[in-house]
Amino acid sequence: MSGPRGPRPRRVLSRGNVFVYGTLMLVSVYYLLPLWVMVMTSLKGLPEIRMGNIFAPPVEVTFQPWVKAWAEACTGINCDGLSRGFWNSVRILIPSLVLSIAVASVNGYALSSWRFRGSETFFVILIVGAFIPYQVLLYPVVILLRSLGLYGSIWGLVLVHTIFGMPILTLLFRNYFASLPEDLFKAARVDGAGFWGIYLKIILPVSLPIFAVAAIIQVTGIWNDFFFGVVFARPETYPMTVQLNNIVNSVQGVKEYNVNMAATLLTGLLPLAVYFASGKLFMRGITAGAVKV
Amino acid sequence: MPRPVRLLRNLQAKLAMAPMIAVALVLFLGGPIWTLLHSFTDSRLLPRLRWVGLDQYERLWASRKWLVSIENLALYGICSLVGTLVLGFVLAALLDRKIRFENTFRTILLYPVALSFIVTGLIWQWLLNPELGIPGVMRGLGWGAFDPLNDPSLVMYGLGVAGLWQGTGLIMCIMLAGLRGIDDNIWNAARVDGVGVVKTYLSIIVPMMRPVFATALVLITSGIVKLYDLVVAMTSGGPGISSEVPAKYVMDAMFGGQNLGQGFAAATMMLVPVVVIVVPWTYLAFGRRKRG
Repeated sequence: MSGPRGPRPRRVLSRGNVFVYGTLMLVSVYYLLPLWVMVMTSLKGLPEIRMGNIFAPPVEVTFQPWVKAWAEACTGINCDGLSRGFWNSVRILIPSLVLSIAVASVNGYALSSWRFRGSETFFVILIVGAFIPYQVLLYPVVILLRSLGLYGSIWGLVLVHTIFGMPILTLLFRNYFASLPEDLFKAARVDGAGFWGIYLKIILPVSLPIFAVAAIIQVTGIWNDFFFGVVFARPETYPMTVQLNNIVNSVQGVKEYNVNMAATLLTGLLPLAVYFASGKLFMRGITAGAVKV
Repeated sequence: MPRPVRLLRNLQAKLAMAPMIAVALVLFLGGPIWTLLHSFTDSRLLPRLRWVGLDQYERLWASRKWLVSIENLALYGICSLVGTLVLGFVLAALLDRKIRFENTFRTILLYPVALSFIVTGLIWQWLLNPELGIPGVMRGLGWGAFDPLNDPSLVMYGLGVAGLWQGTGLIMCIMLAGLRGIDDNIWNAARVDGVGVVKTYLSIIVPMMRPVFATALVLITSGIVKLYDLVVAMTSGGPGISSEVPAKYVMDAMFGGQNLGQGFAAATMMLVPVVVIVVPWTYLAFGRRKRG
């Protein structure tokens, strides 16, 4: 994205400036308040939550809710906290990340440099497919996973994430590879390099930024997935989001708001870390395919 | 070097694309057809091809839960569409005014996009907690009773506020990219002609950004149709059935009620807005520019 546009800002505190900064600050409060409340609640004891104001900082800071959320919170009869869901999510995330990016980058490469009759048609079907509500495809996927013997397993979820990540990632890679100078590709072909040779030796080394963007999309997307987790996993393989929802929305026992908020924060921590660490690449990731299709 | 035969020349590419082709044909093309076909059957616990014509659809449209779901989705959809587009555009325009701390503001406005709907829903469920959350604080200030998550007439707005919080950043980003693509000369010309800033936005910039708005519309619509996680986390469809949505209806029929045929019929109905909005957009975006 290029630099800011628009008329040169005036130095004085004009009415326009008051409006601009005033609105932005007001909206910022709407955006930051939930995070503030969440952090504060997770650091308070339960009696203080019941007595006090939801916005107030803790009088007495305690990390007990975090410990409990990670290691002791219950879902049904299991009381080993969110840690199990966390490790499940890690075990789902890593192979899904590698596999989906590998498949989609090769697709994108083939679509941009090795087109053949009908290749674009398949691509358009894929893109339209991205907009099909998952409910419509749910049972066909159930049948697919059952016939492969993967239903309920981590690898079943890996396959599902690879499939459903394909449209957006393929689009991302296709557009990026198409923007590379064609001479690069032509020169390699004259030198006798083949499909895989060009991909590995020419395309891959100059495309690392787009791989980073794809990784950001996938890490946040897969980590945040609830729907596939709830449908295609079993309680032993539930990802973190599903387990979080089960902990917080369980109807048994006293509602421990501080533990719930600590658990919620723990689940959001990884995507938030990715967001803050990746800066503009994140923006590029979420707007991928949206502006330039 | 001998020229390879045409079919063989791209063989490697074809093999490499085989997974994508299989997914496109089997799942994205075959899947909806399979679901459509089975929506005309009386499948219950397992899918089977015993035809019952349009029975499932008749039952669907006679179901109060489904009608409430549709109404809720329409209400949520309109609020979220208008809210996201207006707020997204206004925020993008404000960030584009050559302001200080642009990066800080953008970071603040965008971070919820990184969070899942489950996390979003649980945060807002706590914020809107009737005794201890914002409603309690407001009652303490003497601003009257207000309990969005337990009031059937307000619950969809409660979900809307959470959805807006999570989703506006993305649209803002797209709008900002669109605004940055507008030529500086347009602004200079408007200023020379003495057109005010607001009027320039409304009468010149917004019409120029029609493609960006179209993209935003498609993204928001497909997101609205999929609304599920947020409801599960925040209200589980309650109070009663007053925040049920179609996606949840499908899931309840398929996995809760063991009524697959009903689920397939409801899922097929969810395809309608996609066909009406997304397919024309895809045609416009990709169909015309087909190369090679």
